[in-house]
Amino acid sequence: MAEGANPLEQFAIHRIVTIHIGGIDASITNSAVAMVVAIVLVTLFLTLGMRRHALVPGRWQSLAEMSYEFVANMVRENSGHDGMRYFPFIFTLFMFILFCNLLGLIPYNFTPTSHIIVTFVMAMVVFIGVTVIGFARNGVGFLRLFAPSGVPVFLLPLIVVIEFISYLTRPISLSIRLFANMMAGHTMLKVFAGFVVSLGILAGWAPLAFVVALFGLELLIAFLQAYVFAILACIYLNDALNLHAH
Amino acid sequence: MDANAAKLIGAGLATISLAGVGVGIGQIFGSYISGSLRNPAAAPKVFGNVLLGFALTEAVALYALVIAMLLLFVF
Repeated sequence: MAEGANPLEQFAIHRIVTIHIGGIDASITNSAVAMVVAIVLVTLFLTLGMRRHALVPGRWQSLAEMSYEFVANMVRENSGHDGMRYFPFIFTLFMFILFCNLLGLIPYNFTPTSHIIVTFVMAMVVFIGVTVIGFARNGVGFLRLFAPSGVPVFLLPLIVVIEFISYLTRPISLSIRLFANMMAGHTMLKVFAGFVVSLGILAGWAPLAFVVALFGLELLIAFLQAYVFAILACIYLNDALNLHAH
Repeated sequence: MDANAAKLIGAGLATISLAGVGVGIGQIFGSYISGSLRNPAAAPKVFGNVLLGFALTEAVALYALVIAMLLLFVF
């Protein structure tokens, strides 16, 4: 395949500044730069947006307030009032994923969330955090999570195993969902962009229109996946805080 | 059979799972539309759940993609 035409080439990680600390490769890569840019932009977006503290918000301030309100409502509805203690974490998670996804949609930009290691680390933080919170709040009673009430006793050995496996696969499904969505979307955009070039000026318009439509879908997906990641983190948190209470 | 050919056939077979995902996404939006025509006032309340269901269903399709990619590029 010709150089530049490979749809998977966009996910390649390059070293920008090579750093080796005691045999560990801690180089600054394009992925690290993209993540730092996302964090800086989130910080600027929120701090500069709220700089004036106007009672009647301007456009920028109301955007910052809306994103706060949106996540706060999500946490309140899905994990109850106890869950609001963990709101800063969920908000950080949501804004980071959202900005990574959106910045990745700018042509020639790198999408850190299209790499499984990035999403897997975030999913593992959620998973370990929820497990620790669950045991800290409920003690050994947290194990009741694996035995839902109202299940017939003779089914219990089966249900406990199934619940336990589904609990363990949470970080895997959470990380694969985000990473696969991002990777598939970007690959698909590149494939159809390749059709535009290869069909030329005569027939290239059809795939071009499709790329535009696809781009709109990708914008939706970029937001939706950040939402889904955050809402599932809320639901898992609710399990740890309220133990199937509702 | 050539191992490479078997790999390609396997990756092709992995895409069959898209049929189920298509049914699932159609079911989600079909139910949403019929439900919101019966009770338009309740429609905005469940739209968040519709999008959540859509994203979760779509992710199942992407697990199939991951399997196809693994077959093609890892083995």
